[in-house]
Amino acid sequence: MEQVTLNTADLKSQEYFLNMGPQHPATHGVLRLILTLDGEVVKNIEPDLGYIHRSIEKQCEYEGYKQIIHLTDRMDYLSAHINNEAVALAIEQALEIEVPERVKVIRTIMGELTRIASHLLWWGVMGMDVGALTTFMYAFRDREMINDIMEETCGARLTMSYSTPGGVMFDLHPNFVKRIKEFIPHLRSVIPKYDELLTGNVIFQKRMKGVGYMSYEDAISHGASGPVARGSGVSCDRRKKGPYSAFASQDIDFKEIIYTEGDNLARYNVRMKEMLQSLNIIEQLIDNIPDDGIQAKTRALIKLPKGEFLQRVETARGDLGVYIVSDGKKNPYRVKFRSPGFSNLNALIEIGKGHLIADLVAIMSTLDFVVPDIDR
Amino acid sequence: MSYIGNIIGGVKTLLTGMKVTGNYFFPSVFGRKYTITRQYPDEPAIVMDRFKGEVVMWHNDNNEHRCTGCQACEIACPNGSIEIIWDRVLNEETGKKVKVIDQHIYHLGMCTMCNLCIQACPTNAIMWSTNFHNSTFDRSQLTKVLNKPGSKLMAGVEE
Repeated sequence: MEQVTLNTADLKSQEYFLNMGPQHPATHGVLRLILTLDGEVVKNIEPDLGYIHRSIEKQCEYEGYKQIIHLTDRMDYLSAHINNEAVALAIEQALEIEVPERVKVIRTIMGELTRIASHLLWWGVMGMDVGALTTFMYAFRDREMINDIMEETCGARLTMSYSTPGGVMFDLHPNFVKRIKEFIPHLRSVIPKYDELLTGNVIFQKRMKGVGYMSYEDAISHGASGPVARGSGVSCDRRKKGPYSAFASQDIDFKEIIYTEGDNLARYNVRMKEMLQSLNIIEQLIDNIPDDGIQAKTRALIKLPKGEFLQRVETARGDLGVYIVSDGKKNPYRVKFRSPGFSNLNALIEIGKGHLIADLVAIMSTLDFVVPDIDR
Repeated sequence: MSYIGNIIGGVKTLLTGMKVTGNYFFPSVFGRKYTITRQYPDEPAIVMDRFKGEVVMWHNDNNEHRCTGCQACEIACPNGSIEIIWDRVLNEETGKKVKVIDQHIYHLGMCTMCNLCIQACPTNAIMWSTNFHNSTFDRSQLTKVLNKPGSKLMAGVEE
């Protein structure tokens, strides 16, 4: 019998396609990635959007300016308040009205609470993506405290619709300050536990360190923003670069967290440190909330002057731009939202190449996608 | 680091994590006294006063409401959840035709709880209810008529 010898040089590998999503638990929504694979190594990524397109931008053209705000809740639902604030600020900028100082402070506190809630949810889900189920329970327990604060003051847990052009919907609930003062030390005490539970874990470290490297140049050329860009050393915090609300009017001392490693762990660390910075911001504002009304005078039917208006804010995911073109009628002529997730998804195409599928899942969770934000 | 050193290091980080979770697994040992979850159907859910559950119309004991039929809520609503069917009825005392609502129809299934209708209402006729048991077997049950049958406008409420 003839002996068959296997010459590995003769073996050819074949590239094949794999659909990751749209119904995949690790894509956090209906995001479809068309992967070109060689074995288990990702050669190319092609994101396919449109599964959750609700044409929010088009709907805005048929709604009045007050009514746009409730639609923006449904874009990036994890930083709903910051989206509301962005639209409200854009309209206020166009109308050239000065909102009361109390409104600015309330909006900033709510915005930072939203950011913490978003990062907490991200932390829980990120642990789950790399195989640590416990983190989810811990993060949701602590996020519940923020949800309670939101429910008590805004009347809703997630889609608050709290900012209106010229002010906020309701005044703060009498329990608000008390609850925040309970929450701040609680979160300060649990974040070291989070580090014990997940950050220091050897398996987690190996999944994160050195995986998913994005260079400084890549981050800029793909338009990445928020913690994703700051993990690659790009300084891009809108709260520092183009201050709005209380960041402009009050003297708030906080640091912009920048890591230069550019890998998964850097992006992870940025968000963990950002939560503490957000607590610092809230702590500086909570003790002296000014008392000068919650609504500037606006007309019942808001009409913007002719022109183009842009407002950029820093959501939990990065740089959100609201661009309104007005032709002087009661509806906007065109509204464009520059969502941070969309640009960060572009970065994924570059980062993910050459990694294994399991690493791709980890990379995706550090990029922190909210699919309704990417695909409006 | 050696192979065994790696294993020892791994076990050490694993135990650090287990210390945190063990705190909750053995509450009697570590003295944790509170529970975080609630057994919902048995224990009542905690709902805040301001919770935006659904829009309701307030009626007093004489089955009178405060809605004048001005349609401010209908105009303010971004997605057409509110429809008001109204008519002008001759008021015999003053001899003037007055707007009277026949039905204040509220589509709960379309409502996004944005609070604009309640903000717009000049007479405080509608308000939020904290009821959250809104699921039904049929979509048509989500269309509600807010004014009770036979109700009429409260005296003294004007547009």
